[in-house]
Amino acid sequence: MLRDITLGQYYRTDSVIHRLDPRVKLATTFIFIISLFVVNNFVGYLLATLFLVMCIKLSNVPPKFIFRGMKTIFFLLLITMVFNLFLTPGRAIFTLWKISITYEGLFLAIKMAFRLILLISGSSIMTLTTTPNNLTDGLESLLKPLKIFHVPVHEISMMMSIALRFIPILLEETDKIMKAQMARCADFESGSLINRAKSLVPLLVPLFISAFRRALELAMAMEARCYRGGEGRTKMKPLIYQNRDRIAYAVVFGYFVLAIVVGRIIF
Amino acid sequence: MSIILDHVNYIYDEDTAMAHAALIDVNLEIPKGQFIGLIGHTGSGKSTLIQHMNGLVKPTSGNVYFEGKDINDPDFNKKELRAKVGLVFQYPEHQLFETDCFKDVCFGPKNLGLPQKEVELRAYEALKQVGFDDDYFYQSPFDLSGGQKRRVAIAGVLAMKPEVLILDEPTAGLDPKGREDILNLIASLHREMGITIILVSHSMDDVADYVQRIIVMNKGRVAFDNEPKEVFKHYKELEEIGLAAPQVTYVMQELSAAGFNVDPGATTLEEAKNEILKCFGI
Repeated sequence: MLRDITLGQYYRTDSVIHRLDPRVKLATTFIFIISLFVVNNFVGYLLATLFLVMCIKLSNVPPKFIFRGMKTIFFLLLITMVFNLFLTPGRAIFTLWKISITYEGLFLAIKMAFRLILLISGSSIMTLTTTPNNLTDGLESLLKPLKIFHVPVHEISMMMSIALRFIPILLEETDKIMKAQMARCADFESGSLINRAKSLVPLLVPLFISAFRRALELAMAMEARCYRGGEGRTKMKPLIYQNRDRIAYAVVFGYFVLAIVVGRIIF
Repeated sequence: MSIILDHVNYIYDEDTAMAHAALIDVNLEIPKGQFIGLIGHTGSGKSTLIQHMNGLVKPTSGNVYFEGKDINDPDFNKKELRAKVGLVFQYPEHQLFETDCFKDVCFGPKNLGLPQKEVELRAYEALKQVGFDDDYFYQSPFDLSGGQKRRVAIAGVLAMKPEVLILDEPTAGLDPKGREDILNLIASLHREMGITIILVSHSMDDVADYVQRIIVMNKGRVAFDNEPKEVFKHYKELEEIGLAAPQVTYVMQELSAAGFNVDPGATTLEEAKNEILKCFGI
């Protein structure tokens, strides 16, 4: 159940994608997301899918693992599709009473579903192949220019890295507390909506308490090691671009140009 | 027979690169009324094993039977099973959530669908059994000391009147006094109420004084399963898997090797004392 949530979890293996500079991966994800909103036809989506499949292949992460995370957005997907399907005006294919399915609605629904699936799996690939530490290092370095405007870049990235780091810990904790309450015959799965919401209290109260306890412990540990924010802080492993990163940038740029040409201009 | 595990295998994260076997071909019989110590190093599979016994984890292959019935049958009543096989997790105080201790202990019996009177009676009894002071009944569990919190958590499981009580490292993180209190409490539950007890620990010294049988887990397999005396005879092998026999065993082995006429198999302090006194003819 909870193990199915893969968003924000790192998959430990070795691959070209894993070794890439986090900045490249962040930029790629960003460009990939933009490209999804730029392309406007099925050839464009096909191109995006091909690009994603290539990334997944190169990343050595089993596709099953990526699509397992999809289960969690299934309802979002379903609702989006249903709304688009029934509420788009246009030429009707099928009419029942006042509800009608239109050609435009059908196309829009499929397009939206594609877009969502690609969006989620695209960003999953980034988090699955990049450790949280690397990810925030990359983010910090990309956002550095904002320091001119007194944006606390280091603090923001530190907060993000802690938040990301805590996702699997809190998931594990939730799993543990859930089991402990199930051992006391707690029922999380059946009953009316209100009863089910009520049944979450024995899960959420201990979870919050443990989250606060962990936060306090972490703050103490950071203080004990003289953490005082980003001012004058250096890195043990600074990010340096390698040749593979330059090649990756070139490939991504090529993909983006192609996506605009194919998905926007030609058709 | 109370619980039987038949060729149980369990694999974590199957089908991923992180896949690893937590249990390999485990066969065990847990008869009624026994006091059992389950020992193993961290990651030896002991926590996974006990979660099989009340159906929280389903084996990848193999079967678990409770009183002759397969607990993973779709029509098996898991709620009833969990009431009969009580499981106290590691650091059980982290699962407390109610505004006062009494209410928290009521949670288990309430889930069983018992009438309110019965629920409160059971909660009261359970809190008394763990030696909890009346004055603290209506205090927030979060204001209590670690040892007291743990008593409340154990009472929370006891209130369901289990026939088998499994405790995962119940003494972890307690001071020596707290450890002894909790262990004595568990021993008295076994002695006075005849509850089958499975005590999970990584310390032989903790369990040697109390248990009738020791199961040693190593890398997902049952390494030894016998009376404490017999298990401790293999103290050299126990060391190889990162465990140790009780300190008494070492003393007695040394004495025996030095030519004193003592039984090297003595496992508790009391037995050792008697052996040594006997040797001097006192």
